[in-house]
Amino acid sequence: MPERNPAQRRYNRRVLGLSLAYAGALIGVSFVFQDSPPTGPVAWALALLPALPLIGIFVAMGRYLVEEKDEYLRSIVARQSLIASGFMLIVTTGWGFLQSFGQLPHADFYWAAILWFGGLGVGSCVNRFAR
Amino acid sequence: MKNRLKVLRAERDWSQSDLAERLEVSRQSVNAIETGRYDPSLPLAFRIARLFGLPVEAIFEAE
Repeated sequence: MPERNPAQRRYNRRVLGLSLAYAGALIGVSFVFQDSPPTGPVAWALALLPALPLIGIFVAMGRYLVEEKDEYLRSIVARQSLIASGFMLIVTTGWGFLQSFGQLPHADFYWAAILWFGGLGVGSCVNRFAR
Repeated sequence: MKNRLKVLRAERDWSQSDLAERLEVSRQSVNAIETGRYDPSLPLAFRIARLFGLPVEAIFEAE
């Protein structure tokens, strides 16, 4: 495994921290809504809490692309992100129409983020086998 | 683009890591350029040319 450069190390640190924050927020908020569901602005704020670290991961990816000084590494991560975005858009668009015409059950919007992360895996495979 | 990077590097007995260090890029970058999987930007192509003391067109050639 090649040694990580400073931009990659910062990205890994940020994603690890944000992933832990996401897991903590999701577990905590789930317990709160299970025990005594809040209402009004508090409910909004708490419901949004797990989304914030996920949004942070998207920002971390953007910061990595800005901070990465190696143009080749930057180009393969940019391609990986584009493939992830395309993968997410294809699946959500297809799912949306199938759902509209009653062929698939309703899926929550946050699945878009999960699909994007899955798409990063697809992008990684494409990068590995691309010319 | 075709390039003579591998030959020029071998003439100097440099490893990919040695060249990467001199160019201040990753070893993966050198490998990708040498194998034709990546065409460097103009600034990097000029840095490579300067390092070998050659004009850009003596290293890179359009296919």
